[in-house]
Amino acid sequence: MTFDLEFFNIGYLDTLSYKRTFVHRLDPRVKILVSFAFILFVVSLPKYELSALMPFFIYPVFLMNAGDIPFKAIAKKVLFISPFAIFIGIFNPLLDTEIMLTPFGIPVTGGWLSFFSILVKFILTVSTALLLIAVTSFPGICEALERLKLPKLFVIQLLFLYRYLFVLLDVSLRMIRAREARSFGKRGKEIKTFIRLISVLLVRSIERAERIYQAMLSRGFRGEIKVLRRHKLGYRDIAFAAVSVSLFYIFRNVNVVNIVGETMKSLSK
Amino acid sequence: MSHHIVELKDVHFRYPDGTGALNGISFRIIHGESVGIAGANGMGKTTLLLNLSAHLIPTKGEISIGEVTLDKKTRQEIRKKIGFVFQRTDDQLFMPTVYEDVAFGPINLGLTEEKVDERVKAALEMVACLHLSNRPPHRLSEGQKRAVAIATVMAMDPDILVMDEPASNLDPKSRRQLINLLKGFEHTKIIASHDLDLILDVCERCIIIRDGKVVDDGPSEEILMNEDLLKENSLELPLSRQYQNLKKFF
Repeated sequence: MTFDLEFFNIGYLDTLSYKRTFVHRLDPRVKILVSFAFILFVVSLPKYELSALMPFFIYPVFLMNAGDIPFKAIAKKVLFISPFAIFIGIFNPLLDTEIMLTPFGIPVTGGWLSFFSILVKFILTVSTALLLIAVTSFPGICEALERLKLPKLFVIQLLFLYRYLFVLLDVSLRMIRAREARSFGKRGKEIKTFIRLISVLLVRSIERAERIYQAMLSRGFRGEIKVLRRHKLGYRDIAFAAVSVSLFYIFRNVNVVNIVGETMKSLSK
Repeated sequence: MSHHIVELKDVHFRYPDGTGALNGISFRIIHGESVGIAGANGMGKTTLLLNLSAHLIPTKGEISIGEVTLDKKTRQEIRKKIGFVFQRTDDQLFMPTVYEDVAFGPINLGLTEEKVDERVKAALEMVACLHLSNRPPHRLSEGQKRAVAIATVMAMDPDILVMDEPASNLDPKSRRQLINLLKGFEHTKIIASHDLDLILDVCERCIIIRDGKVVDDGPSEEILMNEDLLKENSLELPLSRQYQNLKKFF
């Protein structure tokens, strides 16, 4: 049953976030800001730029290694959403046919360059966002957002979204299993039953929301939720931020790949 | 202590869609008493508990907790006195970690940070779950969730504990631990359950309700031995009593 597998897959990122490595222990505010800076630097590179993007891989690779996150877990998720990026760039090679480079006598058009540039930027930014969650945990990110002065209402919404995502998935999983147990072959799996399942799910969610609200009222809820603050900004956090942001700055303004290539050339002469 | 008396006088409750769930319930529970509420499905147990915990307000009749009579204005005050443990733990535990969940009530009571911390630790200690502090609720077993749900209520230091099916979905060992835990509490307890053995163990008094009315009210030992009464209300003799009856034959 594919749904079962997907279900456990979602919990996987959550499982990873309870590890205790150097990057897991960094202040989530720092991780968010650094990752945000990373994304800004990456997308600010010009559209034909390909070689200057390469050094940026150091950041996700660092998070992955230092955070002890398996490559497969992230790669699978990146692959899963890659069609979006592919469709954004797919027509570039057809529209932009000006020849920019001819390495080894093969003409490469601007369209292909920008297409690959989009893909690389996509891989960099999405894998960083996923790794950020894998090494921070979602409540950690919410804590950081609250301390970065995001309106509390949004933060609480996000917290509840995360808490009840698992419950909702669990309910749907049980409903789908129940349907599977009594439907054979294609019968019982028509869109009609699916619509009914979805509507039942909606009603159940509303009822649950009501009960949760009652549980909150029982414990004196009057519109305020305090988000626990667990992290303190330390010198490690500041060092991490300073080093990574200055690296991004260098990668953005100096084409490191070119320099390495040139020195290799001159050395071999 | 007079202020912990729970008194219901001819309580009626009708849902907005017209279903009359409670049709004149009256009883009086004194301080420190443990009362089990039993009855068939759909006879109004949960509605009764929701009224008791001030989530619903009787359409007719009167509920008073101590000197306070339940109405729209006194709702908040009554909720502070009553610790309501919901039937479904996933509804009760809504914060990202166990610690934050248990701290939710005390924070809303306006306690200082140290006091909150003290209460949370004491409550978790009481249910032997202090080691779960930093775990998210969706990664706990059902037994752990139940224990934590009780801790969330105990942290508020309520006068009266109200529980809806506290032993549902528990394995026998967790159920036994829960019973021992409940026996250890000196609070007034009101427990709705189909688990009559649990009622027999924890509550000295039992109320049977049917169609939103009290059918019988008395010591658990008597009521839960009355086979005919139980049968009429879709219930059975508690297993421990069935066993005793069997012993008479052999």
